[in-house]
Amino acid sequence: MGWLGPEELEALKLSLRVSFWATLVTLPIGIFVAYALARWRFPGRQVLNGLVHLPLILPPVVTGYLLLITFGIQGPLGRLLAEFGIVVAFRWTGAALAAGIMAFPLMVRAIRLSIEAVDPKLEQAGATLGASRPLVFATVTLPMILPGVIAGAILAFAKAMGEFGATITFVSNIPGQTQTLPSAVYAFLQVPGGEAAATRLVVISIVIAMGALLLSEFIGRRVASRVAGS
Amino acid sequence: MSLSVRLQHDLPDISLDINFEAPPGVTVLFGRSGAGKTTVVNAVAGLLRPSAGRVAIDDWELFDTDHGLWLPPHKRRLGYIFQEGRLFPHLTVRQNLFFGRWFAPRRARRESPEKVIEMLGVGHLLDRRPAGLSGGEKQRIAIGRALLASPRLILADEPLAALDDARKSEILPYFERLRDEVSVPILYVTHSAAEVARLATSVVALQDGKAVRHGPASEVLADPSVAPAGVRAVGAVLQVRVAKHHEDGLTELDAGGTSLFLPRIPHQIGASLRIRIPAQEVILSSKRPEGLSALNMLEGTVETIRAGEGPGAIVSIKTKAGSVLARITRRSVASLGLEPGRVCYAVIKTVALAPQDVGGRLGNY
Repeated sequence: MGWLGPEELEALKLSLRVSFWATLVTLPIGIFVAYALARWRFPGRQVLNGLVHLPLILPPVVTGYLLLITFGIQGPLGRLLAEFGIVVAFRWTGAALAAGIMAFPLMVRAIRLSIEAVDPKLEQAGATLGASRPLVFATVTLPMILPGVIAGAILAFAKAMGEFGATITFVSNIPGQTQTLPSAVYAFLQVPGGEAAATRLVVISIVIAMGALLLSEFIGRRVASRVAGS
Repeated sequence: MSLSVRLQHDLPDISLDINFEAPPGVTVLFGRSGAGKTTVVNAVAGLLRPSAGRVAIDDWELFDTDHGLWLPPHKRRLGYIFQEGRLFPHLTVRQNLFFGRWFAPRRARRESPEKVIEMLGVGHLLDRRPAGLSGGEKQRIAIGRALLASPRLILADEPLAALDDARKSEILPYFERLRDEVSVPILYVTHSAAEVARLATSVVALQDGKAVRHGPASEVLADPSVAPAGVRAVGAVLQVRVAKHHEDGLTELDAGGTSLFLPRIPHQIGASLRIRIPAQEVILSSKRPEGLSALNMLEGTVETIRAGEGPGAIVSIKTKAGSVLARITRRSVASLGLEPGRVCYAVIKTVALAPQDVGGRLGNY
C-alpha cells in the first residue's frame, strides 16, 4: 500500500475495523429483531418497526446528536457504561456504535424479507418432529434464510464503511481515533492540496462498495440454489 | 395403545364438538372438506390450541384444558404426515429422514433406519434433495421421516389428496404396511371412501364439526347420510382371499365360499384382501338371472331397505360373502317386491371392481 499516505492507510484500517465490529455485533440483534417483526404479533410491534427504521429517515446528524446526548460523557447511558470502564465517546467504539445503528435498518429489512419467504408450515413440521423452538430456528429457519442474512450483513458492512454524518457528530474526526474513510475524505478536502489523497480514498470507497454488492449477490445466489435444493 | 380425544373449538364457519376413543390400528377421520378434520389433527399435534378438551394416548395426556395442561408440539412424540409433504428443501433426503430421529430420546428409537428405508424403497434417493423428487417419492420420504421420529402416534392429514390416481395407488400400500407391521396407532384424515375401505380399523365420520358415526369401516361406509360424497360413496367392504389368476386377465377371489372375478390384480394367491363394492355398481334381481354378461352374482336375503329423500334407496343384502349394498330406485324396490327376508341376487359387473378399491399387501414384497 505504498501509494497511500500513513494518514490515509490509518483511516482505511480504522474504517474496516469499525465496520467489521459494527456488523458482527448487530447481526444477532438484527436476526432477532427481524424474526420478531416477521413472525410475532405483540403490542408495540409497529413502534419497534418505526424505531428500527428511524436512522434510515432521520438526518444522520440528528442520529449523531441523539447518540451524543445519550452515550456522551455526560449522557445517561454514557455515564452508566463509564461505571464499567467502557467509554464510547470520541473513541473508535463510538464510531462502530454509530455505524451499527445507521446500518441496522438495511440489515433488518434484508433478513426480514427472507424470513417472510420461509413457509411457517415447514417450521411447524420441524416442531412436530420433536424440535423445540430454538432448534427449529437453528435447523430449519436459519439455513433457509442464510442468503438473506449474508446479503443483509454485507449491505450493513458497506453502509458502515460509508457512514459519515452520525459518526462525525457523535465522535468527531480525530485522526487515528475516529477518522474513518469518509471523515478523512472530508478532512482532506478542507485543506489546500488534499485533493489527491481524497481522490485515492474515493476510489477505495467505490471499490469496496462495488465489491460488497457483487459479493453479496454472488453468495446470495449460491446459497439460494443450495437451499432451494436443485 | 389407544387414543382418546375430546375437543371443543369455535372455527369461523363451524363449531367443533367431538369426543371419541380410537382403538389401536388405523382410525380414519372421514368427512367432506370443512367438516373440521384437519382442526382435530392439528389440535392433537399441538399446532392449534382448542378452547376446551383433552387428548391422551393411553394414560399419557397431551393436553387437558381442565387442568391447564398443554404439551408443546415438540414434546408430543408424534409423526405428522402432511398433505403437501413439507419436506425440508435445504436438507438431503437422508437428512430429512433422520430429522425427527435426532430429537427422539435415544431409548425410544424403535424403527431401524435400514428397515424403514427398505420398506419405503427410497434407498436410491438418499443423497438427492426434495426439489428433484416426484410427488409419490416425496410422500414416501414424509412417511419415513414421521416413522423414524419413533412416534407414539402417527397423524396423516389427507396424505394422498395432492397426488394423482397412479401415485395414490403407489402410496396406499405403504400405509397398509404401516398398519400391519408397525405397532403405532394412526389417525388418518380423508374424504375418500376407497381409502377408508382399505385402511380403516375404525372410522369416525365428521359432519359440521360433530362426530356423527363411529364404528368399523363396513358400517360407516354403508350409511349414505355420513358419506362426504353422498350416496355415490356408499359401498360395502368384503373380506376376500385371492384364489386364482386366470389366463384371460381376470383374478378370482374367494369371498366366503363364493367366487368373485375382477380385472387382474398383482397380489399373491392366498393373500387376504379387503375389497370395496360401490353400491351404485350393484344390480338386484328377484330371480336368478340368466344370459347376463356380468360374472359376479351373489345370492342372499334382504336385510334392510333404507329409502332416502330422493327416488333412491339403499338395499343391504346378506350373502355368504358378507353384506352387499345396492343403490336402486324406490320404484324398483316396489316392483321387485323387496322386503327384509326376501331372497334376491346381487349382480356386479367385473370391471366395476376397480383396483384402487382393493387393499392388502402386494405379492412382490
